[in-house]
Amino acid sequence: MIPFLLRRVCIEMPLSLLVIFTVTFFLIRLAPGGPFSSEKSVSAQVRAELERHYGLDKPLQVQYVNYLASVVRGDLGPSFKYPGSTVADLIAGAFPVSLELGCYALLFALLFGITAGMLAASKNGTWCDYLIMSIGMGGICIPSFVLGPLLVLVFGLILGWLPVAGWSGPLDRVLPSLTLGMVYVAYIARLMRGGMLEILVQDFIKTARAKGLSERMVLVRHAMRGSLLPVVSFLGPAAAGLVTGSFVVETIFSIPGLGRFFVTAAFNRDYTMIMGTVIFYAVIIITFNMVVDVLLAYLDPRLRNG
Amino acid sequence: MTTRRTERTGGATGGSLRRDGMRRFARNRIAVGGCLFLAVMAALSLCAPVVAPYAYDAQDLSLGATFASGKHWLGTDILGRDLFTRILYGGRVTFAVGVCATLVSVLIGVAWGSIAGWAGGKTDTVMMRFVDIAYAFPFTIFVIILMVFFERSLLLLFMAIGAVEWLTMARIVRGQVMALRQREFVEVAIGLGLSRTRIVLRHILPNIAGPVIVYATLTIPAVMLLEAFLSFLGLGVQPPASSWGILIREGAESMEEYPWLLVFPGILLSATLFSLNFIGDGLRDAFDPRTTRE
Repeated sequence: MIPFLLRRVCIEMPLSLLVIFTVTFFLIRLAPGGPFSSEKSVSAQVRAELERHYGLDKPLQVQYVNYLASVVRGDLGPSFKYPGSTVADLIAGAFPVSLELGCYALLFALLFGITAGMLAASKNGTWCDYLIMSIGMGGICIPSFVLGPLLVLVFGLILGWLPVAGWSGPLDRVLPSLTLGMVYVAYIARLMRGGMLEILVQDFIKTARAKGLSERMVLVRHAMRGSLLPVVSFLGPAAAGLVTGSFVVETIFSIPGLGRFFVTAAFNRDYTMIMGTVIFYAVIIITFNMVVDVLLAYLDPRLRNG
Repeated sequence: MTTRRTERTGGATGGSLRRDGMRRFARNRIAVGGCLFLAVMAALSLCAPVVAPYAYDAQDLSLGATFASGKHWLGTDILGRDLFTRILYGGRVTFAVGVCATLVSVLIGVAWGSIAGWAGGKTDTVMMRFVDIAYAFPFTIFVIILMVFFERSLLLLFMAIGAVEWLTMARIVRGQVMALRQREFVEVAIGLGLSRTRIVLRHILPNIAGPVIVYATLTIPAVMLLEAFLSFLGLGVQPPASSWGILIREGAESMEEYPWLLVFPGILLSATLFSLNFIGDGLRDAFDPRTTRE
């Protein structure tokens, strides 16, 4: 396990990050336009001055090496569109909000997804199964930008139970978490059901039933551990996506999270901000995938020596 | 499962295998219903210029937003444009993107996966490592960057979405190709001295058509969702043209006063995605015996 982790952390992770860094850098630099080209009020002279200030007048390969060196040192550079703030500051300010929201959504998704999946698998082929899976399919097929406004309409405007937008009180957390987590509930329920159906036909389950255990014991104590495998492998990318924020949900509910930076940075052609968000996201998802691999090895001893 | 296996060995020719699959699929009522719904929606959208009661940009400012009525079946938007007409025209974009971008992703994915799976060794390692790394790439940003930085066109939209949705397809194809490479008929083909290209194109690819088609069916809704998301951001097709994503955004902006502007396009998009997912699941259950869930 240790050599496996060492190789992941010391070789594979930096390599992946370097590839992602390089691709993104040249993609946004070779594309037409720049951070200062959209500001009509800026004269050519001022723009040249700005570009010189940020080192954008140097040859591209020099900029690449310089920027790579500063990123390796942990400095993501200043933001072009928010003068006076560094990219790291902006990310550090917004990430806790997205992290909090993402955790609620993940909790909601795990709780309901796993329960619904187990229920559907144990009642395989009955109306209960079909009902749960149809609702689950609905969760996948209703995009967050439809679900969010609908929830606001029903619970915020018509019933008036919950706040429409904002990020101050605990009640503000409810609708965004539901909107963000719904699609994951559906995915987890599907994966859980599939995983459990495969486990339930195996011999050790028959043994457990033959011992006279109650059905609940069989499901929770014996079948659940193995059935969680597909859910856990899905959790890596899912959790990474959840905690780095969602542009749609943050826009609908006016939440000051990280998700909006991913989109506004690209809209503003804010080079350093784009690089910063891309690298941040990549680090998170690679780390999460690694955690997931460790978890999988814990859940399934057969994977430990692989 | 047992009945299914006897059914299959009973008629051991390739044709009957396919017919068995079709029969199983036809018994899946939700999937067949999805097919019907999709066929109607696609036909209506395709024939929008003939079927639609109004022109897609015809405004009636004096009318404004109205609820569904005999004259305007799904009501009108703030500018007095007929919602039913706008949905049909929007459907053209949504369906076109769904089909074309999926084709792009199938082309890349199948080419990538079959080359990696057939070549094996170092080539395979490098190519699949690239896929692994690409999974860690925030693709939404990638598409947004492409759409912001380059001139927005429908073609670029197809390419951009197709270019991000091929990873899983490449993995599936590689696995299948690697398994097929060990089979006798491929060894015979190699022994006969056929060229590698010919073996892959004529002998391998036809045998993996099943999983590819199934996964492609499941890619279409993902692609449509991405298109709707981009339109929602204002990065898809440009007004006054419409797509379901644009209609949903416009509806969300005015949902307090005119909720139906959000609800109708939202229901249609969801129902379309619903149908496609059920068709994909149905096809998988019917044609891929290994993943049957019964």
